Amino acid sequence: MQEFLFVFRRAATNNEPPLSPEQLQSMMKPWQDWIGNIAAQNKLVSAGNRLTSEGRVVKPGNVITNGPYVELKEAIGGYTIVRADSLDEATELSLGCPILNVGGTVEVRTIIPMEITV
Amino acid sequence: MEERQLLPHLFRTEYRKIISVLCRHFGIEHIETAEDIVSDTFLIASETWGLKGLPANPTAWLYIVAKNKAKDFLKHQAVFSQKVAIAIKTSKVDETIMDIDLSSQNIIDSQLQMMFATCHPCISTEAQVGLSLSILCGFGVEEIADAFLTNKEVIYKRLARAKEKLREEKVKIELPVASEILGRMDAVLTTLYLLFSEGYYSTSQNTTLRKDLCIEAMRLNIMLVDNEKTNTPSANALLALMCFHSSRFEARTNEKGDSILYEEQDEKLWNKELIEKGEYYLNRASTGNKLSKYHLEAAIAYWHTHKIDSQLKWENILQLYNKLLQIEYSPIAALNRTYALAKANGVNEAITEAEKLNLTGNHFYYTLLGELYKTVDKLKAKEHFLSALALAKSPGDKQTLKSKIEQLTS
Repeated sequence: MQEFLFVFRRAATNNEPPLSPEQLQSMMKPWQDWIGNIAAQNKLVSAGNRLTSEGRVVKPGNVITNGPYVELKEAIGGYTIVRADSLDEATELSLGCPILNVGGTVEVRTIIPMEITV
Repeated sequence: MEERQLLPHLFRTEYRKIISVLCRHFGIEHIETAEDIVSDTFLIASETWGLKGLPANPTAWLYIVAKNKAKDFLKHQAVFSQKVAIAIKTSKVDETIMDIDLSSQNIIDSQLQMMFATCHPCISTEAQVGLSLSILCGFGVEEIADAFLTNKEVIYKRLARAKEKLREEKVKIELPVASEILGRMDAVLTTLYLLFSEGYYSTSQNTTLRKDLCIEAMRLNIMLVDNEKTNTPSANALLALMCFHSSRFEARTNEKGDSILYEEQDEKLWNKELIEKGEYYLNRASTGNKLSKYHLEAAIAYWHTHKIDSQLKWENILQLYNKLLQIEYSPIAALNRTYALAKANGVNEAITEAEKLNLTGNHFYYTLLGELYKTVDKLKAKEHFLSALALAKSPGDKQTLKSKIEQLTS
C-alpha cells in the first residue's frame, strides 16, 4: 500500500456572502459521507485540513504578496491523505469528491515514503 | 440471602477489596502473597462457617482474618529482612506498618490505584483485561478462560507472566500524577471497554457470566467517574455507552439464550432507568474539546434507544459513524456505517459502497449485502445470505441466517 495526497482546488472566492449555519451543514454532509466512504474501506490516512481563502505568498527578496494568488486561477482549498495499491486506485477513490460538483478539481499525487522497505 | 449463596457472593464483592488493600500495602512484588492470603481467608471461612454457622458480621470476620494473616506475613518479612540486614538495630517491628487499613475510603482508593497497576502499559492489553478480571473482579481462571474462549492453562500462563512483568518493572500501586493521568486513562478505558465487550458480544453460552462481565466493567467505570482525578469526559462517555447497551440486555436473548435481533426486540423490555443513566453520563461527557471514540459510540447507542426509524435518527447515526471511522477503523464499524448509509441515503448508494468494503472473510459482510439486496434483488440477497451461512460459526448466527433465507423465499 502506498499513500497518496488529494489536493482540492477551486476558483478563489473571497467576496461571497457568508453562509448560514444550515447551508454550512448541508455542505458538510457530502464531504463527511465521501470521507466516510474512504474510511469504511480502511483507506483513509488523514482527513487532512481545509484552508481559508486568505494567505500570503513569499517570494525571493522579501517580496510578500497577499492572497488570493493572482497568478493562479484556482486556489488550494484543502487536502486529504489516503492509502491505495496504485495511483489508479487512489484516483478511483477521488471520483466522488464533492468539490467536483462545484467546479473544483482534485489533484492526486503519490507521496514518496520516508522509509523504503526493501 | 441464603447461607450457601452468601460465600460466593462475598467472594465476588470482597475478594477484590481485600486484595487491592493488601497489594497496595505490600507493594506489587508481593501480589501473589496477597492473592494467597485472600484465598486462604475464604477457605478458612468456608470451613469454619460450614461447621459453626455464620458469624454475626461475615464481612468484618473476613477482614479480621485477612488482617491477621497479613500481619503474620509482615512480621515474617520484617524478621527476615532484619536477619539479612544486620545494620537494622531495633528489633521491634514498626506498628504503623502493621496497620492494615480496611476502611471503606481506603478500599475505594486501593481499588482505583490497583486498576492503574493492572492496566499498566508494560503488559499486553489481553493481559491487562485478564489481570483486571482476576484481581479486580474476583474471577477464577476457569471463568476468565470461558470468557476468552480459551483454556485454563493459557490464562494461567498469561496471568503469571503479567504479574512477573509488573514485578520486574516495579510498577507502583498509586494514581499516576496529574500530568500522566490522561495518558494512562486510555489504557484503563480500553480495558474496561474490552471487559464490557467481552460480556456483551461474547459467543460464550454462559449468559450469567456474560452479564457479570458487563456489570463488573460498569462498576469499575463508576469508580473512575466518582473520583475527581479520573472523572474525565471520555470515562463518562464510556459509562454512557455501557448504560445504553446494557439497557437492552433483557431484550436481546429469549428464554433459551438465543439472541434476538435489534429490529425484533420488545422495547418494553428495555431498561428505562439505564437509558436515563446513559443520558446523564453522556451529558456529563459533553465537556472539554476531545471527541473520543467512546463519545461517538455512546451517541450512536443513544440513537439506538429510539426504536422508531426516522430520517433524523439515521442521518445522525451515519454522521457519527463517519467520524468514528476517521478516528479508528474497524470492520464492524464499517459494516454498521454502510447499513446507516442505506437508511439515510438509500439502498443503491449503500450497495455501491458495500461492494467496495472487501470484507469477504466476514459473515457479517455477506449478511449486510443480503439485507441491502433484499428489496432490490431477492436472488442476489439469497446468494449473499448463503455465503454468510457458509462462514458463520455460532449456532445462533446460523439459525438467524436460515430464517432470513426462509423469509426471502416465502
